[in-house]
Amino acid sequence: MINYFRLWYRYFQVEVLSIPSRVIALIFFIVIGALPFFTQSPQVLRILILAGIYAIYAVSWDLLAGHTGQISLGHGLFFAVTGYIAALLNLHLGFGPWLTIPIGALCAVVVGLIVGIPALRLRGFYLALVTLAFPIILTGIIFIYPDFTGGELGLFGISRLSPSRLTDTYIVYVVMLFSVFIMYKLTDATSKFVRTGLVFQAIREDEISARKSGINTVKYKLLAYSVSAFFAGIAGGMYAHFLKIMGPSTLELTFSFQAVLWAIFGGMGTIYGAVVGVYTLFPFMEVLRFFPLGDEIRGVLFASVLIIILLFMPEGIGVWVRDKIEITCPRCKEINIARRKRCRICNAQLRLDDQSS
Amino acid sequence: MAGGSDAGCWGKFLAGSAGGVRFKEIGGKLIVLFAIFINGLLYGGTYALLAVGFALVFGVAKIVNMAHTGFYMMSAYLIFIGVSVLGYPLIVAVLLTVVGAGLIGVIAYRLFLDRIKEHETAVMIVSVGLALLIQELLLLFFGGHYKAIPPFIHGFITISDQQVSYQSILAIVVSAVALLVVWFLLSKTMLGIAIRAAAEDREAASLMGFNVGRISMIIMGISVVLAAVASSVAASIFTIFPTMWLHPLVIVLAAVILGGLGSIKGSVIGALILGFAESIVVLTVPKGGYLGGVVSLCIMIVILMIRPEGLFGITFEEERL
Repeated sequence: MINYFRLWYRYFQVEVLSIPSRVIALIFFIVIGALPFFTQSPQVLRILILAGIYAIYAVSWDLLAGHTGQISLGHGLFFAVTGYIAALLNLHLGFGPWLTIPIGALCAVVVGLIVGIPALRLRGFYLALVTLAFPIILTGIIFIYPDFTGGELGLFGISRLSPSRLTDTYIVYVVMLFSVFIMYKLTDATSKFVRTGLVFQAIREDEISARKSGINTVKYKLLAYSVSAFFAGIAGGMYAHFLKIMGPSTLELTFSFQAVLWAIFGGMGTIYGAVVGVYTLFPFMEVLRFFPLGDEIRGVLFASVLIIILLFMPEGIGVWVRDKIEITCPRCKEINIARRKRCRICNAQLRLDDQSS
Repeated sequence: MAGGSDAGCWGKFLAGSAGGVRFKEIGGKLIVLFAIFINGLLYGGTYALLAVGFALVFGVAKIVNMAHTGFYMMSAYLIFIGVSVLGYPLIVAVLLTVVGAGLIGVIAYRLFLDRIKEHETAVMIVSVGLALLIQELLLLFFGGHYKAIPPFIHGFITISDQQVSYQSILAIVVSAVALLVVWFLLSKTMLGIAIRAAAEDREAASLMGFNVGRISMIIMGISVVLAAVASSVAASIFTIFPTMWLHPLVIVLAAVILGGLGSIKGSVIGALILGFAESIVVLTVPKGGYLGGVVSLCIMIVILMIRPEGLFGITFEEERL
């Protein structure tokens, strides 16, 4: 028994404690989880909940666009479809959140498959523009039937996610952890258990070669759409039940761009980048509200920060930081702390131009 | 959300702007057809000016410039400043705006877009950031209220019981002239040859001695000037407000895709198709104001399903980079 624990601790030491980015991720999630113990002010909890929801949303965009290469500029569609379906089920049939959110997410998967069908014929910029069209079409439909869908004002009176805001926080936190973990594993190209990560990257890099190697690219592209739509849907359902109102603002162009902004700000094609993007930009914007004048200039500041950061770190802030603190061993491909001179596993020289060793 | 303040900017954009033709009652079918024709030309011409600028920047500089309609909005506000705040005559304000907007476009290109041109997604997001910056600055200084700028010519002409305002006729004529000027520039001048060469193959053009970087900068200036011209004639017909860039952006992207990326002729035709579609829907279908954009996008999707490369686009089968 002791040996078993020792084995696990050893594994933990090698796989987590020696890799700075994973240590940072661990500390980050612990801090986020422990924050409600120190402050329970509604504003802080609100920021935590919304950041968690948006993190799932941005990561699901990153899975589809960053990893599979199917750039989607209308990702708000999946978010809003689930939100609306959850709201309608809740208002008309009285289902609770534990039922409406999964049903809504499954409907989002169906919508994802419908949107995925054009993706089979289109590529690149053409595809991005077609996906941009779908949320706008849905907005038009919502505005034509205002009696059923609430029109411009939206649906209100949706029941709460859970009785108190504190439990809301932890529900969103746990769901966020699981969703991000599942999506991280699904897109992990070095994984020995699932091959989706490798296949997704192959499709992004060169679809024809992937098909030539015997990969059913149609199946995997539709899989990427379904998974991405499912998780975006989970986020949308929780959003509707948390805010207790669902309006067409989530179908706007700006909301779909938000996912793209967050993911590219943090680093595209890396799941952690989207999380970093959301947890830096979103609280920054919300905290500005508390300062005098902050509410007026926060939009200007947001745009300026976005432009300046991307001008100096076009790969994204998450990737930039990671490059500073980590270095990959050229021989065994293990990750090392950047200040090491020799690899911790195979003792190979890490930098070729390093004269001192 | 940074720009999500106005939930119904779609409907309001169209509902607030019934176009250049005001008809009292729908009498006969002919009158509606005439109104559709004039409004289609008006929308189509404005969108074509914007789409050509967008397509030129994409073709030459390989930048997806999401801020393009942001510059269109910025020019409308510059004219508004010139006329209402500084009190210049309209024509002076428009001339100053066209020059100033071109300069701002070139400066924005040099400062922001040129530096990270290699990172395609980052440059797209920076251009979205630019558009948001313009929007938020306008929101900060002018608030979210609807503004109007005066037309060049007041009054209207009555053709078969239809009141057609002189301004909309002027807008159509100016759009057509501007498009002709662009066509002349591209096909008959040395600069046009350089632009087309750079659009065709950047490396080859660069080897032949063209300064591709400078051509990209000039093309950015031209595209923003076209946007400024579009806003100078159309902005007095449409109302102006800080989220007015979203609707034209979608239509312009749809038109460019519809016509085929990289084809100037295609983007003009795409813009005209979408302009007429929008005008038909707005004038004939009940609640059409909400549906104008929707129908345009449905047309785009259907055409792309049949021809994935757009109407005039050229792609080699299974193209590889």
